[in-house]
This record gives sequence, structure tokens and C-alpha cells, in this order.
Amino acid sequence: MRSRWWLMAVSLAASGSQAQTNGWNMPVGVTDVSSDIYGLHMTIFWICVVIGLVVFGAMFYSLFRYRHSKGAKAAHFHEHTSVEVLWTAIPILILVGMAVPATATLKNMYDSSDAELDVMITGQQWRWRYEYLGEDVAFTSNMSTPRTQISGEETRGEHYLLEVDEPLVLPINRKVRFLMTSDDVIHSWWVPDLAVKQDTIPGFINENWVKINEPGIYRGQCAELCGIDHGFMPVVVHAVEEEEFDGWLAERKEAAEQEAMGVDREWAMDELVERGESVYQSICSSCHQAEGQGSPPAFPALANNEQLINDVDWHLDRVVNGVSGAAMPAFRSTLNPVEIAAVVTYTRNAWGNDTGDVVQPSAVAELIAQ
Amino acid sequence: MAPKLPPQPPLQHSTTAVADGQSHGHAAPPKGIFRWLLTTNHKEIGSLYLIFSLTMFFIGGIFALVVRAELFQPGLQLVEPEFFNQMTTMHGLIMVFGAVMPAFTGLANWMIPLQIGAPDMALPRLNNFSFWLLPVSFTLLLSTLLMPGGGPNFGWTFYAPLSTNFAPPSTTFFILALHIAGISSILGAINIIATILNMRAPGMRLMDMPLFVWTWLITAFLLIAVMPVLAGVITMMLMDINFGTSFFDAAGGGDPVLFQHLFWFFGHPEVYIMILPAFGIVSAIIPTFARKPLFGYASMVYATAAIALLSFLVWAHHMFIVGLPLVAELFFMYSTMLIAVPTGVKVFNWVTTLFRGSISFESPMLFALAFVVLFTIGGFSGLMLAIAPADFQYHDTYFVVAHFHYVLVPGAIFAIMAGVYYWLPKWTGHYPNEKLAQWHFWFSIIGVNLTFFPMHFAGLAGMPRRIPDYALQFADFNLLSSIGAFFFGASQLLFVLGVILCVRGGKKAPAKAWEGAEDLEWTVPSPAPLHTFETPPVFHRTSH
Repeated sequence: MRSRWWLMAVSLAASGSQAQTNGWNMPVGVTDVSSDIYGLHMTIFWICVVIGLVVFGAMFYSLFRYRHSKGAKAAHFHEHTSVEVLWTAIPILILVGMAVPATATLKNMYDSSDAELDVMITGQQWRWRYEYLGEDVAFTSNMSTPRTQISGEETRGEHYLLEVDEPLVLPINRKVRFLMTSDDVIHSWWVPDLAVKQDTIPGFINENWVKINEPGIYRGQCAELCGIDHGFMPVVVHAVEEEEFDGWLAERKEAAEQEAMGVDREWAMDELVERGESVYQSICSSCHQAEGQGSPPAFPALANNEQLINDVDWHLDRVVNGVSGAAMPAFRSTLNPVEIAAVVTYTRNAWGNDTGDVVQPSAVAELIAQ
Repeated sequence: MAPKLPPQPPLQHSTTAVADGQSHGHAAPPKGIFRWLLTTNHKEIGSLYLIFSLTMFFIGGIFALVVRAELFQPGLQLVEPEFFNQMTTMHGLIMVFGAVMPAFTGLANWMIPLQIGAPDMALPRLNNFSFWLLPVSFTLLLSTLLMPGGGPNFGWTFYAPLSTNFAPPSTTFFILALHIAGISSILGAINIIATILNMRAPGMRLMDMPLFVWTWLITAFLLIAVMPVLAGVITMMLMDINFGTSFFDAAGGGDPVLFQHLFWFFGHPEVYIMILPAFGIVSAIIPTFARKPLFGYASMVYATAAIALLSFLVWAHHMFIVGLPLVAELFFMYSTMLIAVPTGVKVFNWVTTLFRGSISFESPMLFALAFVVLFTIGGFSGLMLAIAPADFQYHDTYFVVAHFHYVLVPGAIFAIMAGVYYWLPKWTGHYPNEKLAQWHFWFSIIGVNLTFFPMHFAGLAGMPRRIPDYALQFADFNLLSSIGAFFFGASQLLFVLGVILCVRGGKKAPAKAWEGAEDLEWTVPSPAPLHTFETPPVFHRTSH
């Protein structure tokens, strides 16, 4: 699976990189809206440059020409009504000229009707959850840059901080509507090449849409301060040909069904620990740290945590329902029962927490259903 | 009380006898700390404000340098993200509420009575109280950094629910500190309005007032209008955090976007509170050193008033991506673009004042000219940000950071420094060391542009603000910004040195310290004695 993505990334690098690698200016992007916005940006930029040249030109001419040290004698005029009216009126005309195309673009950006696919984007501290509405496919997308690269123990890769474990996959040439919300604080989902930046706000559902013209890998980040890992919440979008997307979606649907069946069977401890470790590293370790040592007082240690070791029900409840008033979110809808069972089993048997407890996915599913 | 003195003719040379604050014929003020705790004199309180502001400028500056040091290269080297967020937050709060606003209030205290021919502020005891609230407020605010869970870490805009349900326990203290600072601002504003409206020299109409007085009058009304809104919004936060309400908590039926509407209804006028007095200072300095009356005095006043009125109608341009309805986006886009018109009028007026003048380049003038150029660049990026569709790309990136630092650092802060260099001869009786001031200017101008210009590119290339670590393509811009920041920070020590040297001695300044200066403050001796204009001066209408 992963190697296939990698191949695709390489094959698409040529088409995708052109829009991404201009490191000085706003990207033109790969949608009609993004190039409209780029056009507006450059228009207003050149208007400012021209006004600047005129104003600063007049200013520096005066500074040079009328120097006291060269014996300049000051004139004494101090008002001139027609000039003042003129330089009030001309800027108004320029602004009207600018407002017309901006209004048209904005209207277009607000028209999310006739979408062929709806994707729900949910911001969570500090990951994105994507749900293909009506397709029973949903997953979370975490930053995959290892913490060792951040700390500098390992060489930083090409896409440092802008790489995820599960990218959002979208078809090109189809209008995709985004429905955006948040489970905790306000985040902002942003991909510069798509010119989509929209706050995800708890209790609100915002709309935006995209119709991508070129296949490629498009990277962005959370744009609204959302807590300690705000800087580590990247967005990666893989835009693929329509047929490839349909194939991918069907594959994911099937995998989701498999996963759902996994809830009913008995899992061995090794299986759960292995699964749990990967869940822990992608979801939990940003707060509770890689070795479960935590970062008190905000983020308690899990290793050698007496209460956790002694009370499996309490432990499970914290993961499923969260801790109100603290940073610990409820994972009942973010993680599936298999993942919750796995991560609880893992934490109960890692770093010297040798409880030997095994929590089965079926028990978690029952707890969530209550 | 002392007997009333007859009006004094302006002295050409100062006497050092008054330099220590003793004025002939007045009872000796209390000695030591009590003199400063109990003073009701507008000049002493003005100095206290300015010293406080300078202290906060350095504290906030150190916080900024922590941020820039961490961003010097990719990766996390010096601080954890948690502390990084506290630094960005505290830097913003300290600079806005602790450095820029008190500096303008300090200048207002010193200069408004002198410029309108009043003996003091209208409410001297209130004046003392509004100053001494500030050290209390900021001690409390800074102490949150030492509390368990750390200080505020949610950005100076403290958006709920990050600042309520998800905030550190110290947030309640942050709210209290902000309340106290807000009360101080409101009381200061009331005092300034009362002074300007009631205590002008006989014969001085409103349209005769120097522009610094005008801009401050309008600023004071803005303060009175919006500080209560800030007080309201932080009180709602307080309730949400401590008393179980849900103003901003969606889970309890509240509305996180309401927070942003309320905050920016305060916040946008607040931005103009930090720039209008700067317009006033620059409008005093440019005519002085161009030796030519200000062009378009009346239009300057109307433009200032227009900017102030528009500032109430543009707040949601900070919220273009929160999901406002289309009509709202359009309204706020148009109204924001309109602000360019009166602002443009001001810039055109300054440039036309220079045209056919007789211009010299002393340090106050250098800072004022740099203000005109660099503030205008900040205005241009502001105009770009006003274009709502483009703002979907600019919003919350370093482009915004570059924009508001251009209007606040070489904008507000350069204007403050221009004002300080301009009025130091009046305050101390000595000219500041011109060579030192020029070094300070050129270092500052290089530092400020090296710090903030690359941020435009970083933002356009896609770097979000408020992140402790960044992708590799932003590394060069950040390297330059960090070098610039340390250079800028270090060069501000020259400013402190210049001020200290000027207080201690230097070339003696006459009453009219600058050849082209016209306003009333230049008719009293330099240094200005502790008590001035005890008998109102006779105001002679000048050219405007």
C-alpha cells in the first residue's frame, strides 16, 4: 500500500512540483479558483507597486531637491482644494476597479452547489479526520515526521513536517464539497495549492469546495493556533485520476468492512500490542511522550501510573470518554473499537506496566454502545 | 499653594535649577519613592509612563527574541512548543498593552497640556491612579509565566475555546491583569478628553489644535468606546472558565465565533488606537524640519476622524475565513478597502508638505520619514489583505505577521521614537547626541527591514504564523528574520543610551529647540519647568 503511494508520488512529482516550488510568491495552484486568487493577488500587488513608485518618487524627489543644506527656501502654501479632491477621488476609482473582480471570485468561492462528493473534515488536537460522507470510509491523518527529526537526532527529510500517515485522497475534475468542523478548539484546514483555507469550529459546519485540475500531492498545514502541536498538524492531499480514485474508494470500503468484522473476533495479546504501539505513537505520544513518561502537570505519565495499573475500567473510561476540563479528548468516535482496545492493551503492558491485561475490541464496542 | 506667577517670557537658555523637578515657589514634593507614587504632575506622570513603556518594550522584545532564536533554523532547539506559545502570546500582549499604548499615553501626558497651554491634566489624581494601575497589571500578567501550567499560551488574540476550556489555570489571572490595564486606559482616555475639551488656551479653537492633540482626542474616544467591549469579552471568558457558563462553548449552546466578533470589535479600533497618535507626532515633525506648514491641516483632521469611524465597521476582515455569509464578506471587504482612502490622504499630505520645503534631516525627521515610507508599505500589504478572496491565502500566515509588524514597528514605534527625539530637548533641556541618534536610526532601519521584509515571502510561500518549527523551504527567510531581529533588538540599546546621556547632559537646548517648530510647547523654557502655563498663554492663530 505504502510503496504504491510512493511510486505514485514519484510519477506525479513532475506535474505537481511546478505549482509548489515557487518559494517566494503565492502559488498559482491547481484549481480555477486558486489561479483567480493568484490573479487578484498579483493585480493588487502591481497596483500597490505603481502607487508606491509615484508616492515615494515624489517624496524622495522633494527630499533631494529641497534640502536645507543646499539653501532651499521653503514655500508657504498649505492647502489646495482641487488637488485634495483629486487624490481622494482617484483612489476610490482604483478601489472600485479592484472590488469588481474580487467580488466575482468571492461569489464563485461561495458556490458549493452541485458537488459530486462530500468530505467531512474534522479538526482534532492535533490531527485531521476525514470522512467520505455516504461511503462508510473514514480515517484520521497524523503527521508522520518522526519526533527524532524534529529534535535533530535524525536528518530531516524533504517533506519535513508536511507528511502524514494517511493522506486525503481526492479525484481530479470532480467538484468536491468540504464540510468542516472541529471536536475541540478552532483549527484551520489549509492547502495553498488548492486555495482552500477554512476554519474548523466546534459546533459549526463550514463549507468550502474544490475542483482540482491536475493530479499531484498538495501539502498544507493547520493555520489557526490550536495548542502545543499546532505546528505539527499537516494536511496532505493526493489528487488522483477519477478511475484511480474510484478504485481506491472501493478498496477502502472493503477494508472498513473487514475492520468492522474484527471487532467480533478474539484478539491475541501480541496482535493488540503491535497494533496498539502504532496507535500510541501516532495519537498519544505527542502529549504522553514516546516512553509514556508524560509531561506533568498538563500531561500525566502513563508509565508506572498507579491508578492506571490498578484499575482497567478507569483506564478504558478515560480513553473512551476523555477527561472533562483537561486536555484529554474522548476517543470514542475518533478511534474504532479495535484501535482503542489495542492502545489500552499496549499501555497496560509497556514501559514496565506489566499488568498482563488484555482488553478485547468486543468489550470496547459494548462500552461505546452503552 | 504657590502664588500665581505672571506669564514668563520664553527663556532662550535653560537653567539647570529646574532640571531636578523643583520649581521655584512651590512646596517641595515628597522625597524618594513617595514623590513618584504620589505625584499628580503631568510631566512626572508622563515620564513614568514612558519609562514603564520602555521597560515593557525590552521585556516584550526579549520574548520576541526567544521566538526568533527558536525559529533561527528548522527543528526544536531551545524551547518546547508549550513555552514557545507562551512567548508569542506574551510578546503580543506586552507590546500592545504594555509598550505601545502606555508610550502614547506618556507622550500625551507630557505634551497635550504643553501644546494646548494648560497647566496640567484636568484630573491629576486620576492620572496618577491610571498610571499606577499599569505596574500592578503587568506584574500580575508576567507572574503567570511562573504559575503551574504556565502563562497564557493562546496568542494575544486569545480565541475561545482555546483560551477558555483548553487554557492553563493561570488564565483567570491573565483576565484580571487585562481588566486592570483596560481600566487604566479608560481612565487615561477620560482624562485626555476632559483636558482637551476644557483646558485649551483662550482663543484656541478645536481646529487650531496641533494634530497630535487632535489625533489623541479621537483616539481617546475610540478607547472609551472599545475598552468596555474588551472588558465584556474577557468577563464572559471568566464566567465560562470559572462559573459554568457557555458563552463560547458550543457544547453548552455557546458560540466560539461570537468571541471573535466581540474581540475584533474591540481589536480593530485598538489597532487605530496604536497608530492615530503616531500620525499626530509625524504631522508635527515633518512641518518642523521641512520649515513649511503642514499641508491640508483640515483634511488631516477629517481623515483621522474618518479612519476612526470606519474602524468600527471593518472588524470582520480579521475573520474572512471563519465562514461568514457572502454578504458579510463583501460588506467588510468594501469597508476595509475604503480605509485606504483617508489613509492615502494623510500620506499625500505629508509628501506635499515636503514638496518645496527646506528640509533638514535631524534624527526626529529621519524617524518620521522612515515612518511615512514603511508605514505606507504596511498599508499596501493591508490593502492586499483587504481583498477577501486573496485573504483566504494570506490569512494566518507570516504575510499577516509582516503586515502588522510594518505598521506597528516602523509605524507606531518609529513614530514614538521620533517623538522622543523631537521632544527630549523640551523634557531635559539638552539635545540628544545626534551622532548616536543617527546610528540608532540607521541600525534600526536595517534591522527592522531585515526582520520583517522576508516574512512577506515566508507567508506567501505558505508558512503559517505561531508555529514553533517549520518546513525546510522556509528556512532561509527565517534565518534572515532572526538575524534581523537580534540586530534590531541590540540596536535599541543605543536608544536607551541616547536617552540616558540626554537626561544627564549634552548640548543645551533653547526654548524653541528646533528652528521650524511652531506649537505652544516651544514657548516654555527648556527643560520645561515642573509647572507651566499657570497663567494661560495668549494663543495667536498661525497659518492653519
